[in-house]
Amino acid sequence: MRFFPRSIAAALVAVAAFSGVAEASKSPTVERIKKNGFLRCGVNEGLTGFASPDAKGNWSGFDIDFCRALAAVILNDASKVRYTPTSAKVRFTALQSGEFDILSRNTTWTMSRDVQLGLEFIAATYYDGQGFMVPKSLKVTSAKQLNGATVCTNTGTTTELNLADYFRANNLKYKIVAFEKNAEVLAAYDNGRCDAYTTDASGLYAERLKLKKPADHVILPEIISKEPLGPAINHGDQPWGDVARWTLFALINAEELGVTSKNVDQMMKSPNPEIRRLLGVEGAFGESLGLSKDWAARAIRQVGNYGEIFERNLGQGSQLKIRRGVNALWNKGGVLYAPPIR
Amino acid sequence: MARPPAHRGRGARPRDVLYQALLLGAVAAVIAGMAWNASHALERQNIASGFGFLDNTAGFDIVQTLVAYDETATYGRVLLVGILNTLLVAVTGVVVATVLGLVIGIGQLSSNWLFARLCRAYVEILRNIPLLLQLFFWYFAVLRALPGPRESWSFLGSAFLNNRGLYLPKPLTGPGFEMVVLALGVGLIAAAILAHVRRRQREETGRAGPVLLPVLGLSLLPPLVALALAQFPVSFSWPALAGFDFEGGFTVLPELIALVVALSTYTASYIAEIVRAGIQGVPKGQIEASQALGLKRGEALRLVIIPQALRQIIPPLTSQYLNLTKNSSLAVAIAYPDLVSVFAGTTLNQTGQAIEIIAITMAVYLTFSLLTSAAMNAYNRRIALTER
Amino acid sequence: MGAIRKPPRRQLPGPVQWMRENLFSSLFNSILTVVAIVLIYQTVVPFVGWAIVNAAWSGQGREACLPYADGACWPFIIERSGQIVYGFYEQAERWRVDVVFMLLGIGLAWLMMPRLPAKGAVGVVMLTVFPVAAFVLLVGGMGLPPVPVERWGGLMITLVVAVTGIVASLPLGILLALGRRSELPVVRGLSIAFIELWRGVPLITVLFMAANMLPLFMPDGMTINKLLSALIAVALFSSAYMAEVVRGGLQAVGKGQYEAAAALGLGYWRSMLFVILPQALRLCLPNIVGNFIGLMKDTSLVSIIGFLDLLGIIQSGNADADWATPNTAMTGYVFLGAVFWVICYSMSRYARALETKLQGGDAR
Repeated sequence: MRFFPRSIAAALVAVAAFSGVAEASKSPTVERIKKNGFLRCGVNEGLTGFASPDAKGNWSGFDIDFCRALAAVILNDASKVRYTPTSAKVRFTALQSGEFDILSRNTTWTMSRDVQLGLEFIAATYYDGQGFMVPKSLKVTSAKQLNGATVCTNTGTTTELNLADYFRANNLKYKIVAFEKNAEVLAAYDNGRCDAYTTDASGLYAERLKLKKPADHVILPEIISKEPLGPAINHGDQPWGDVARWTLFALINAEELGVTSKNVDQMMKSPNPEIRRLLGVEGAFGESLGLSKDWAARAIRQVGNYGEIFERNLGQGSQLKIRRGVNALWNKGGVLYAPPIR
Repeated sequence: MARPPAHRGRGARPRDVLYQALLLGAVAAVIAGMAWNASHALERQNIASGFGFLDNTAGFDIVQTLVAYDETATYGRVLLVGILNTLLVAVTGVVVATVLGLVIGIGQLSSNWLFARLCRAYVEILRNIPLLLQLFFWYFAVLRALPGPRESWSFLGSAFLNNRGLYLPKPLTGPGFEMVVLALGVGLIAAAILAHVRRRQREETGRAGPVLLPVLGLSLLPPLVALALAQFPVSFSWPALAGFDFEGGFTVLPELIALVVALSTYTASYIAEIVRAGIQGVPKGQIEASQALGLKRGEALRLVIIPQALRQIIPPLTSQYLNLTKNSSLAVAIAYPDLVSVFAGTTLNQTGQAIEIIAITMAVYLTFSLLTSAAMNAYNRRIALTER
Repeated sequence: MGAIRKPPRRQLPGPVQWMRENLFSSLFNSILTVVAIVLIYQTVVPFVGWAIVNAAWSGQGREACLPYADGACWPFIIERSGQIVYGFYEQAERWRVDVVFMLLGIGLAWLMMPRLPAKGAVGVVMLTVFPVAAFVLLVGGMGLPPVPVERWGGLMITLVVAVTGIVASLPLGILLALGRRSELPVVRGLSIAFIELWRGVPLITVLFMAANMLPLFMPDGMTINKLLSALIAVALFSSAYMAEVVRGGLQAVGKGQYEAAAALGLGYWRSMLFVILPQALRLCLPNIVGNFIGLMKDTSLVSIIGFLDLLGIIQSGNADADWATPNTAMTGYVFLGAVFWVICYSMSRYARALETKLQGGDAR
């Protein structure tokens, strides 16, 4: 790791790029990633399925795989990512100050974040909603029965706001205990500090696995909010946003077109023009992003398409066993609808 | 202590002026450069700035508020709630830490071998373990030791303790209570005047009149009389189990309990050392001299030893109080809604205005600190006057 | 003070006589003794029971600990010991951390052992050569493969923060203390402002600012390592405290010394460097060590801003589903408490020994 800032020349290049002297399509962020040889990615401190380190410090998860796909697209090596675990509370400040290139941390896309916070959301990678988990012993079957309950959650999340809205709308009383880290929320809930634990439904499934007795807890049916989760970058680097956004669209399109990590090389020979454009056999879409022709093929080969990533981390191939549901492709009953590459 | 004698003549030399101007310029340039960079970055990334956000609706709830607050309140209100919650921890912590520190500090000098060793062990253990670690320890120890709401420990059926907190009856004031407050105020002022007059008397005539009883009487009697006249305009809201939890009464959060316990036991270990050093710092000759003057043991302690020990104790004690206040910001680790947690945490995250919020937060702590320092300096000047 | 409490050795009284004198000399004293015994019984016995007698000592995973409902879960610590010391530092490169630990250990031992010669030279080496060597070894370079800071953790990151803070805060603190006592109004004003600013705010807000906001104040495109920013913050923060300690030492040096130095015709820097500072630092050495202890304990705050230091790594272990038992968290905290206690208590013993030695020197 380099301790000292790069040469002043690099800073000048970056300044020049920002002020529009350099080529319009060149992204200072992408240039920096290429020069460093790694992508800096802000991720969750530990949420099974989305981002968690194993005992050796190797990260895996849904959000991690998006970073890996980006690294494959830009650097042709999915492993060239440096992860910065960041709490919900400090994630935006850290992104704004430029601590990492992209925040891939199950973050809800909201208007105030997009506009006031000066972020730019790439797109939604996972459509989620807020739910509640309670101990079975409470014999609660609906969130409407939670009047007067103490609820534990993460500070600095949309969860806090939804909770206030939901209880106010239903004229229920509650007490909120908001911790900074997932692990602290879980420990407090497990020690009986609160009656209910609320966060995004996917998070509830993930956190339940870590309880002392997961079978003693139930997730209530109500989903009280819309939580489109997606990666975000800083406002002001449009070409970088394009790279990230079209990487995601390429992964979704790949699933739609049946291109997987296994068959990507055979698919190169496919006569289907859509597949040919996706894999860079036809057209110059990679070049238009400032990358090489086979940009998408690299990501698919090294990380897999959207469906593979989902199943591996969240779906049947994982401990979580979350069904695709609303996150299925548009032609399979979900809302995933990626614009075409053409 | 005296300043070192000047190395140079009184008049400022041109070289000094030049160097200082250069230094000032350099510092100003660095600050200006940083400000320029930050404003440039905010503009480029389209991040909102300014203090207008303080008037926006917060939209989240806070579990403990000392003033009226709900989701529809503003971020400015959140700031106030945070400051008050921090002060609550600080004041409670300071009181508990002082009492505990005093007992343990004197205990270290006890002639009882076992007790002195115990106090010493307390100091050596607590002082050498990070506070944050102790805080986590206490929080989970408290949570694990306490029962769930349905198995609460009850005290005479009116106060309850469980892992949701300590539930106490809450006094509610009725009409006419303002009179009681007024009477208390009048009584306290009268008591203060009396105490002052008595002290002057003692200094002038050398005779000490009774002080304690009249002062107590003056401060307590008027409010009691007013209470009786207004037909006791105080009622209580009693905590009672309802649904998930107790309703009514007044709740002390487990986070607050853990925080106060951790802060005060930790700080007490420092105060104990200060007290020990202070008492040991009084020269033996002073005690012998007071005996030679014929003072009784109690009088010697009250009039000779304690005033001198205090002179040595008060300055480091104040800085411990200040440390405790600053350390209360560790509340953020256990979800107690203090200033750092609700304002520099939740509010910062919602609004994204890190620079403004961190600046306000630091300014608040700095104000606490400068006020305390000012009080300290005033005190030091006063005791310096009585020297020789 | 210790001497007053010690039983007189000359008479060799029997144990009953001793107890009567030291534990039950009066009614109040007897009550105190009983209170003390009850307190000790209430704390030590359950603790020993939990930590040793009822604890799980071997096995793998949570199943090893679940049967021991009222005892510590030591297999958790044993399994994680690698992470606790090195974090996620690459296995094959851990010898580099070991070498740094060893160099540090040898250097400190040399400085603390009263009989060894050339303390000054060793001190200078520890303040100059050692940091450079440690930097190269830990970070990589000069033929060693680089290890990204993101993989650092555990005891090693705790020591990196503490040692950097100590090494950097001492010279900075001395400069600030001199600045605060300077005759030059601008220098004095700036020093006071700097010191009071840092001393007036909680470390956690400073760390937050350093870790998450510092890059905002830097020129575009200039990136700064998160660990480096945290290190700078810790160094600046503790230098303000150090300045006050050193100022105490400067004030305690007699007026005559200043006058004597001036009479010798020494200029400001020479008189400070050769006459005043050596005396002042000697006088406040115990307080300097005290400050180091505070710094050592404060390192645990970096876990709040997302570093996996000792506390951070234990907490991330607590959140591991494989170790979800009622005693895991407490075991981790108690273990860490013991680690910190051993480090800090030995430092405080050293400070105490220094104090006694210095007082002995003055008494001559």
